[in-house]
Amino acid sequence: MSKKVLYSYTGIFDTPDEVTHAAEKAVEHGYTKYDVNTPYPLHGMNKAMNLPPSKLGYVALAVGLSGALGALLSLWWVSAVDYPINVGGKPFFSFPAYIPVIFEVTVLSASIATVLAMLFFFFKFPNNAHPLHATDYMKKVSSDKYGISIQAEDPKFDESSVKNFLESIRAKEINAVYWDEEETAHNHKILEPKFLTFLFVVAVLISGTTYFTLNKLMNMLPFNWMMEQSKQSAQQKSLVFEDGFGMRQPVNGTIARGFLPYEFKGKPDLAGEKLVNPILVSKESLKLGQAKYDIYCSPCHGYHAEGDSRLRGQFPNPPSLHSEKVRTWGDGRIFAVITEGQNIMPSHSTQLTVDERWAVINYIRALQRALNAKESDLK
Amino acid sequence: MSSSSVEYQKKELPAKVQTVGFGLFIAGLFLVVLGYIVDPTRSAYNNIIGFTFLASIAVGSLFLVGIEYLSGAVWSTPFRRVSEFLSSLIVLLPVLFIPLLLNVNNIFHWTHPAPSDKTLIGKAPYLNVNFFIGRVLVFWLIWLLFYYLFTKNSLMQDQTKDQNLTKKNVKLAAVFMPLFAITISFAAIDWLMSIEPHWFSTIFGVYYFSGTVLAALAAATIIIVLLNERGYFVKGIHTDSYYSLGALLFAFTNFWAYIAFSQFLLIWYANLPEETFWFLQRWEGSWIAASIGLIVVRFVVPYFGLLSQPSKMNPKRLLVMSSWILFAHYYDLYWLVMPNFSKGGVALGWIELGFPLLIAGLIILVFVYNSRKNNLVPIGDPKLKRGIDFRL
Repeated sequence: MSKKVLYSYTGIFDTPDEVTHAAEKAVEHGYTKYDVNTPYPLHGMNKAMNLPPSKLGYVALAVGLSGALGALLSLWWVSAVDYPINVGGKPFFSFPAYIPVIFEVTVLSASIATVLAMLFFFFKFPNNAHPLHATDYMKKVSSDKYGISIQAEDPKFDESSVKNFLESIRAKEINAVYWDEEETAHNHKILEPKFLTFLFVVAVLISGTTYFTLNKLMNMLPFNWMMEQSKQSAQQKSLVFEDGFGMRQPVNGTIARGFLPYEFKGKPDLAGEKLVNPILVSKESLKLGQAKYDIYCSPCHGYHAEGDSRLRGQFPNPPSLHSEKVRTWGDGRIFAVITEGQNIMPSHSTQLTVDERWAVINYIRALQRALNAKESDLK
Repeated sequence: MSSSSVEYQKKELPAKVQTVGFGLFIAGLFLVVLGYIVDPTRSAYNNIIGFTFLASIAVGSLFLVGIEYLSGAVWSTPFRRVSEFLSSLIVLLPVLFIPLLLNVNNIFHWTHPAPSDKTLIGKAPYLNVNFFIGRVLVFWLIWLLFYYLFTKNSLMQDQTKDQNLTKKNVKLAAVFMPLFAITISFAAIDWLMSIEPHWFSTIFGVYYFSGTVLAALAAATIIIVLLNERGYFVKGIHTDSYYSLGALLFAFTNFWAYIAFSQFLLIWYANLPEETFWFLQRWEGSWIAASIGLIVVRFVVPYFGLLSQPSKMNPKRLLVMSSWILFAHYYDLYWLVMPNFSKGGVALGWIELGFPLLIAGLIILVFVYNSRKNNLVPIGDPKLKRGIDFRL
């Protein structure tokens, strides 16, 4: 059994006015280490006890401001820097949208910090015991009585004089409160090996039981909420549509993105008349045309379009592109040949995009002109 | 603790106050009349700012009286007469409304919608002159009735000291509150929102309400601090009562900011042209400075001015902040109304000065008149003693 040490003398009052008065008297008497315990905050008690203004407000201010700043920074980082997403055409950093979040974070962090700071100030956390806990006095002042407790730490403390003082202010149930000597040392170890082992055992037990029950006994899939959805999957039968197809036909006339239908199928002459080369001759388009021509056209037509195939007679050689006929063809006519093929030549519409085909045509025109240069070209 | 233990010696207000009030009133009246001669349209717009400002103080004061009865508050009982006196301005509201009515076509263009304007023609069953006047009359009569009943019971109590009169007023307040909520919302829509009849905001009634309560509180606080520091009320009133006034001013400043921001955020987010144009009007030319200034004047300054506990108990600080808040309410109303008159830039001149002077004079004169006739403290109120003893 450890030694008991006197902590304080307590007295009880029936009304808030009496205890406020008692606090005033205690101040008058010169006591400094005393406390008043009431079931609810009393108006005017700060003044009666001559307390300085609370410092908790500064904690709330500091943490609240850092909360606001933290929220602003994280919002800025998330929505303007790390993963910018266009929401309704607003700028990535759109401050008005952040204000509610900043407000909430400020309030939340300030209030939590205030409560924590209060625990630190009052209990000197991690110490969470107080000698007044588990006393009759505390039971009473936390329900319907009002109490004052004058501590032995007080320089003016003296058992008989304190008793006299409490009697003089008509306190009831004057009692001495003791506590263990061990507790007075105030060195509570929060990282005690026993305590840590206990925590560890509890953690293993709880997670183990949960795992066994859910996975082995009940065979529950964890977090499968998004796997089971009541939506229509591809190839599924539909009960909604009359024809029973889950997948719907696109609306008539729908065309794929980036695809333009070719209107002159089987009408190459019409294409020659109607189609106009939309690609202007430029260094870039000629370079593109050359590259594509060398890849797709030159194996049969030859690098210079003279019909000198490198296929060594495995196929019949194509005609030269320098013939009068081809030279007088419109660009659209050549386009039709590339797009649809002609005689033994297959269609190149899958190999060459529309723009590339026009670029190739520009290049062919350049080759033709190189062999049939006019005097004016020399200038 | 019977109310008879309160000692109250009635002191007359110095004659100087009335002279000042009269001077302001005459100067204001001169400027207003001159303004109406020089530029009737601009004066009519100023008229509606002045009218809604006066209505804020008058009806807001009635709300403060009602809420004190309804909540059973004791701290404000020693000062309740101030709000009662201010609510007597309700009687004078038609004085500022009649010139408005004569210029109704200049301000409210829903009175003569263009044939191509389908929106306004669709709104015509509500927005037409006859129904408009009818509504104003109904609001005014409701306010007048409750003003009459509240003050009659309260003043009668000075003589009879009958506690049942308090109970009567509590019941009256319970009836008044929902009526107040409805009338003030519709009044805000009719007088302020319908100046721009194509625009709509469902929170607008609450917006005007928040300003109304602030204006009434600020006006009452100014008078309370001035008179209490010179000992016109009963002795022994503690600065803790000031704290309550300051806390309410602070709370409603935040409430205004909350409502104003809610209105802005939803419109900004949805980005619908039929709503955003109202804010864009207030973002053109020099109005952009006025709009940013509104945030500073109406929220930032009072917020930091009243944030700390001592600042709410310091009479000087309270006097400065409540005067500031009263000014901010006028600023807010100016910001709501004037962009419809001068598009593209702020219009400020001597015409804008007339109505504030007129109203300041009017308030002082009405207060002096009431304080001559009646006690400044409800000496018969059973809550009075507890109100004087109020401690935080």
